[in-house]
Order: sequence, then C-alpha cells, then structure tokens
Amino acid sequence: MKPEALLHPTPAGLFCPIGRFYVDPVRPVERALITHGHSDHARSGHAKVLATRQTLDVMRIRYGEDFCGEEQAAAWGEVIDLDGVKVSFHPAGHVIGSAQIAIEKDGLKIVVSGDYKRGIDPTCAPFEPLSCDVFITEATFGLPVFHHPDPKGEIGKLLTSLKQFPERSHLIGAYALGKAQRVIRLIRDCGYDQPIYIHGALAKLCDYYVGQGVELGDIRPATIEKSTPDLFKGAVVVGPPSAFQDRWARRFNEPLIAFASGWMMVRQRAKQGGVELPLVISDHCDWPELLDTISEIGPSEVWVTHGREEALVRWCELKGIPARPLHLVGYEDEGD
Amino acid sequence: MKPFATLLDRLVLTPSRNGKLKLLADYFRDTPDPDRGYGLAALAGALDLKSVKPAMLRELVLEKLDPVLFQYSYDYVGDLAETIALVWDGREKDDTTDAEQPRLSQVVTRMNALGRTEVRSAVRDLLDHLDPSARFAFLKLVTGALRIGVSARLAKQALSDMSGKDVTEIETLWHGLTPPYVELFAWLEGRAEKPVLATPAIFHSVMLANPVEDGDLEKLDPADYAAEWKWDGIRVQMSSFVGTKKLYSRSGDDITGAFPDVVEAIDFDGVVDGELLVGGTKRSNNPTRTFSDLQQRLNRKTVTAKMTEDYPAFVRAYDLLFQGDDDIRAKTFLERRERLAKIIEHAPHDRFDLSDLVSFTSWNELDTLRKAPPDPVIEGVMIKKKDSPYQAGRLKGLWFKWKRDPYNIDAVMLYAQRGHGKRSSYYSDFTFGVWTETPEGDQLVPVGKAYFGFTDAELEILDKFVRDNTVERFGPVRAVRAEKDFGFVLEVAFEGINRSTRHKSGVAMRFPRIARLRQDKLPRDADRLSTLAAMIDGGED
Repeated sequence: MKPEALLHPTPAGLFCPIGRFYVDPVRPVERALITHGHSDHARSGHAKVLATRQTLDVMRIRYGEDFCGEEQAAAWGEVIDLDGVKVSFHPAGHVIGSAQIAIEKDGLKIVVSGDYKRGIDPTCAPFEPLSCDVFITEATFGLPVFHHPDPKGEIGKLLTSLKQFPERSHLIGAYALGKAQRVIRLIRDCGYDQPIYIHGALAKLCDYYVGQGVELGDIRPATIEKSTPDLFKGAVVVGPPSAFQDRWARRFNEPLIAFASGWMMVRQRAKQGGVELPLVISDHCDWPELLDTISEIGPSEVWVTHGREEALVRWCELKGIPARPLHLVGYEDEGD
Repeated sequence: MKPFATLLDRLVLTPSRNGKLKLLADYFRDTPDPDRGYGLAALAGALDLKSVKPAMLRELVLEKLDPVLFQYSYDYVGDLAETIALVWDGREKDDTTDAEQPRLSQVVTRMNALGRTEVRSAVRDLLDHLDPSARFAFLKLVTGALRIGVSARLAKQALSDMSGKDVTEIETLWHGLTPPYVELFAWLEGRAEKPVLATPAIFHSVMLANPVEDGDLEKLDPADYAAEWKWDGIRVQMSSFVGTKKLYSRSGDDITGAFPDVVEAIDFDGVVDGELLVGGTKRSNNPTRTFSDLQQRLNRKTVTAKMTEDYPAFVRAYDLLFQGDDDIRAKTFLERRERLAKIIEHAPHDRFDLSDLVSFTSWNELDTLRKAPPDPVIEGVMIKKKDSPYQAGRLKGLWFKWKRDPYNIDAVMLYAQRGHGKRSSYYSDFTFGVWTETPEGDQLVPVGKAYFGFTDAELEILDKFVRDNTVERFGPVRAVRAEKDFGFVLEVAFEGINRSTRHKSGVAMRFPRIARLRQDKLPRDADRLSTLAAMIDGGED
C-alpha cells in the first residue's frame, strides 16, 4: 500500500480514508483524532473525538462541556482499532497531554508527530521516538537560524532584570496553554519564590496543571477589581501577549515587557513587538533537534506539515531522505 | 565577550534613556578592566578594530552550510551579521563554558595583531568559540555597524552615574584618553588621581542656554544683557594647540575629519565656541545657507572635494574659552568677546566670522527683532549676561535662548503606533497628514510623526479614538478613520521645515510635536501640503 492511501492531506486536515478519521482537522468532522489542546489543532464541534485524557480535559476547559458529540480517551501506547486501522498515542513533549499519533495498517506505519520538542520540560511527558515508514513532522522553527538556548539561562536573564529594575513590573507574555505553566515552573526551578501574578485567561489552565501534579508555587490573580499599582512593583506577571497591549496592562508600574517564545531568537521580531526582554523559550524543536529527530527515527519518507517546510525538505534532500511538504493550512504557530 | 554581548542585546531593545543608563552603568561597574574600557570605546565609536568584509563572512559560513539553506535563513532574518550569528553551527561552542569564552579585550588584541592572511582562520575560530549573542556582537564590531541607539554622550553620562563624578569633567578628559581607559576607570572609582592629559587640544564642555519662559525677562534689566542672533547650524568647538587642530560637536564628538575645509584654515591657538554653518561668511558677502544644506555635510567620516566646494563650511564665532593656553573662562562675556574679535579679525575671512551683537534697549524691542530676523537662517536670539563667566552646563539666569515662534499647522491623524515601556498599552506615536490634490481628488498625504506634546489626559483621549476608529492593522501600527467629515485633527507645532526626497510628501519637519487636540475641527478644515511647501520657501509671518 502506498502511504498516501493510508493518510493524505485534504482541506479539512490529514485524512485516513480507510479508518474514516481526520487528524487535527481545522473544520468540524465526523471523527477527529487530536494531538494536543492548542486551539489551531483542537477545535470544537466534531462528532467524535479521540485524544489523550489530558487533551480532552483541556478541550473541555477551553470550549465547555459540549465541545464534541462523543469523546474517547486513549491511554499512552494503547492500540485502538478504527475500521481496521490501528492507532496509538505516544508522548510528544509539547504541552500537557500532547501526543504523536501512530497509524498502522498492513505493516505500513505513519507517525503524525503533531507539535513536539526534545528539550526537558517538567510539565509534560517527554517525546518518545517511534520507528516508522513515514514520519510527519512540524517545522515551526525549521530554519538553521533557530537554536533554542537552555531555558534556565533565559530565566536567568529575567531574574537579573528584576534585580536591575526592581521598581518595574515584569510582564511575561506566554501562550495560555503550556508555555505559561512551563515558564512559571522554570522560574520556580530557578529559585524564585515570590508570588507570581497571572492574567485571568490563565487561571483555569494553571489550576488544571496543578491538579495534574505540576507544582507552580504561589500564583495569584493579576486581574483584580481594585487598582493598587504598588502591589505590582517589581512583580512578575504572566499573561497572554495580547493583554499587554490592552488597557488591562495599565495597572502596572512602568511595565517591562518580556515575551517567552522561540521567535524571540530573532532580534527584529522582538523589536517589532515592542518586547524589551526576549526570553527564547520554545515548546517546539529547534533546527538541530528537528534534524536529530529525523536522523534518530530513520524513516524512509518525511512529510512536513506546517512552518518553514522548504528548508527542512531541502535538508532531507541533501541527506537523500525522500521528503515533501504537505501544505496544510490553518495551523498558525500559535503555541509559541 | 559575554557581558558586552548581553549589554548590547538589552540596549537594542530598551527604549527609555533611563533604562539604557542603568544598563550601561551596571556594565561599567561590574565588568573588569580592560574589557569594560573596550566596551566603552565600542559604544562611543572610539574603538579601533581590524575590519572584516561581509564577503569573507559569507564565504566562511558557506564552508559549513548549504547555500540554499543560508539564503532561506538570510531572507528570513534580513541582517547578515545576525543571520551568521544564528546559523553558525555552535556545537563546538557547547564545550566552551561562559568563563572560557574569549574576553572582549582578547578579541580586540587578537584581531588587531593579525596579518592579512591570518584573518580568515582567526574569525572562524572566534565564531566557533563564542555563543550566538557574542557572535552577533563580534560580527557587528568587525563589520563596523554597531547601531544600537547609544551616543558617546549617553555612555559618558552612564560613567557619571556610576561614579558620581560630573559629566563635564569626563567630557573634558575624554579626547585626551585612549581605550581601554584604565586610568579613567581608576579615577572614577576613586582609586587614583584624575588623569593628566598629554594633549591640550581637548574638548571642554559647553555652556548652554535656558529657553525664555513667561515672566523670565520682566525681572531682568535689559542693560545687563547682550543679544546675538541664534543661527540655525550646529554648535561646535574649535580646539587648536601647537599644530593639533580639532573640531568637536557640542556633545564632544570629534568631527574633525568631516570638515577639513574649516580645520585646515585655523591659524590661531585656543578654544573657540561657535556655530558651524554652510555658505559664505558675512565678510565674503555670500549668504549663509540653510540647515538642510548643512545636513549634506553632517554624519560623514570623510568628505569629497566636490562636497567642500558645493557646500563650503565656516564657523560663526560666539565665544573664546582659551586664548592660546590661557584659560579665560572666568572672565566676563564682554571681555572674552573682545579678545575673540581680535582673533577672528585676523583669521581667514572665508572660514570665520564673528557673530554680531544685536542692539536693543527694551525686551519688547528685542521681541520685535526676534520675530522678524534679517536672515532666514536665524531661528531667534541669544541673550547673554554681559558679566557672565563661561560655565559648562545650563545655568539659570546667565544665558537665554529666545526662539522665533514655532510653526503651526492643523493636520489629520492617519496612523498610530503603540509606545514603549510606560506607554506600551497606549497608542502614543502619531503619523499625521495634510491634504493634497491628486487626479483622484483631494487626498491626505503623511507629512510627519509626533509622540509628545500632549498631556496624560489628552493621551487617554487620543488612545480611545485610535481604538474606537481603527480601520486596518499592520503589526503594532493601526490606521485610523480619516475622512473629510470624520477623523481627528491635531495642531502640530514644529521648528522648521525642509525639502526631503526621502518622504513621499517632499517635506520633512524638524522637531514636530502635538500642540493641541482640535476636536473642534473637522479633517476638511486641516491644512494643505501647499501651505507647508510655502513655509520652506518664504518662512512664515
């Protein structure tokens, strides 16, 4: 069987005609397999959803009780038969509950990695390399310019800045699912034990992480009724980046805008966004990790879903690995 | 290299002056000699470092990286030094700890000791052993493109902040010292006496004037003051001692190289304060030319013969600080001026003249003169106490500047951009435009940008208008509604207006700011481009 017969791109997303399911579809479908809870991958309104327990929980938190018609939780490694196609979920190391999905039929195995990273992250299970015939990889940071440094070194920059500018509120922009909790956890692991204030949009997800055993320390709401600028002098505040451009941010004292993202690697990106303190912390693979992962897995074919497909495809060609871009639309690097 | 690289990374993204000063002062305090001295030199534009051609850097990176992948990367990043700093395969660096990374002083000494054939392998080796941020700093240094928004003046202010020494003392020493400034830091930290300078042709901090504000003059007797025209050039200091001739900007930048025509003509010893202008001296009977002509000569390291011919520079002398090596700054303004007049009398007539005194008997009379100056290149009057000593800084009551009234136009807000720091949640940078006739009818054309002049309460109003009336977004910039009968009219004040080939409107304002919010006006009542163009030619009034 040709791999394309088992799985191929359609406008709604990757589709398996034999198993009659989509992976991370961008519009409502009959049966969806979801890799992780970021909103560009996990949308509401599908009739049936198969995902890890944690991903289903995240979808419920974000979209409410009726986020889908019928849900089914997949345990790590459990093989589930869908109309003769075997599927199984394996950790991807991206955010809580994030999974790669292995799809197998008649000895042909395709792994959809979803978004993934190889760096250490205490807030989710680490990526598990799976041997396969076709490896479908993301390429969010698929350019040789991206080398993500040690995240603790980045948090070190934040702690130095807090000492240098003890009056200023340090506002860290971080995506609400995954990045925010990872950043808070990293700050704790670097020895900072003061309260950390969070934007209201983060509250439920932070509570969920804590409930799943991820210690976040003393976190308090930054969105409070009374205006008390003194409270936030020299404080660390975490929120979605868009909130800092909003009137919401006026409660803080001389805010110093930091942004935790892999994009912060490029100075001009930081400058355009009005970021004073870029923290290069990513939940995706950097360039060397993408290359190492492909080399380690050794698939006979690589398909590249979203991001900077052309550079990764070029590299595979240079290495003699057949590769092609899938040109999927609707995935927006939102998680970083 | 690490502390310097970290400093650069922060400086590039720190918009506020106080923030920059804090980062600089901390760097100078925490970094050991001689690294901090080389860092200071690099920031102040005084570092002598062997340069590397971008072509060689490109060749080096292509030894390791596929050209197609390099091109994808370069297209994405857009800056050669940054692209190379980022794509350089740093795996060898992973075995180098921060402490083992080459220090800035080692990099400078090593680069400067290299022979022509050794450069390539040395640069490759350094790139291998620096981390990405240090690689970026290194590449910016060797390609000579350290654009980070820090002036020499700001760096000196940071030295003053870190040590408590007066910035004017630091400025005076500056041109007599060379990198890595070990004796300067020893003095700043109170570990040694003030350095004694070998060369006397140094910069002396200049005396500045306060703007005249309401009620200032009523209390003063006009008989105690002299007045001069305030010329629209740049304030300079000529410093000449036994063959060493220097020209400094008012902040102490050495601009000798850009004005050989003036410097070579200096035939006296001493320190003269004056205005650098382009055109003819009054003794040569040629007119003084405008600031935009002078701009052709500014910010150049060297200058062509054609440049000096088309835009001849001269100095209109205001004051004398040293006569020969005799410090006369404690003498009165009138006495210094008398000595200055004698020197200028004998100096080359085409390069130097003396600033005229403006005679007046009452402040009202001077006010009338100020508003109708005899030359379009005059931007007001200077008022100087006759018995004032020459004292660095901006002292109250001795010197005043009384500018002609600013120009004013009514313009329409077109775009707004979010501010930085305290203003990061406000739309506080405004692009405004005026009407011009096009084949499709009247249209608004952008003529300038302003981000101050309004109060905090007015900013709330402006910000709300932007948020409620956005029609398009471009990153941090929003386009707002601007139609004949709906929009926001701003009264914009500015100091002057020049022709510009860089701007679509063909004009460029100097020092524009928001003078008033004109919610009482409709965009259709705003000014036209032709009104601005007329200001270039004739001047207002």
